[in-house]
Amino acid sequence: MAEPPHAAHRQRPLSPFVTIYHWPVTMATSITHRVTGVGLAAGAVLLAWWLVATASGPSNFNQFIALASTPLGQVILFGFTWALAYHLLNGIRHIAWDLGYGFGKATARNMSVLVIVGSIALAVGFFALAYTGTGGYYQ
Amino acid sequence: MSLETPLHKVEGLGASHSGVTHFWRQRVSAAALVPLGLWFAVSVLGLVGAHEAATLSFLSQPVNAILMAAFVVILLYHMALGLQVVIDDYIHSSGQKVFLMLLMRGFAIAVGATCLFALLRIAGPL
Repeated sequence: MAEPPHAAHRQRPLSPFVTIYHWPVTMATSITHRVTGVGLAAGAVLLAWWLVATASGPSNFNQFIALASTPLGQVILFGFTWALAYHLLNGIRHIAWDLGYGFGKATARNMSVLVIVGSIALAVGFFALAYTGTGGYYQ
Repeated sequence: MSLETPLHKVEGLGASHSGVTHFWRQRVSAAALVPLGLWFAVSVLGLVGAHEAATLSFLSQPVNAILMAAFVVILLYHMALGLQVVIDDYIHSSGQKVFLMLLMRGFAIAVGATCLFALLRIAGPL
């Protein structure tokens, strides 16, 4: 005798998951805020590493700078620079929302694009200043 | 009709048992991190290519040491508040949740204590 299907095994209608939707830019900027936030938590370790290396004598400091100056180090630092710029700009959007501004459809879309473009511009600009010798004014 | 008990209503703490405390602290720390983050970016740019002596002298100036300490502490506080929401959202088993919360806060305290110790070593003895 066939057993009646158990409730847990019955085919149930599923609610649509994120993968099924067309991705508007606002969805991308929303999840990127969280991803950059989690990524920046790892960046906090780098900040601690820099401070500890600075506090631990010239050889440790120079070793940190040497590692940070390698191509991989520069790529990682660029990643954290962009993540910080993104989280900062999009965080300002969050504060604007909390004050009741920026919920219009067009505004939300335009601000999303602005945050993406602006964060890349800030990160590239930061590295451009560093590489063209505009930085280093505290030497 | 509300299903809330009168006591629950006057407490105003809702289902989270902590009301808007977390929300408010996350916003205030975020607002503080806007100027501190900009100061940090300007400082790091100024220290590009700097040798150990220049970096030490920058970080041992009281204003810079205080701002860096404030940046580290508020950053890690904001990080802990944010990661708490991520854990709340994705981890549904309460055992795992408690474990990850303790691990995450331990991480924040460890990183913060390390940074502050390094800063004290750089800036002190006064």
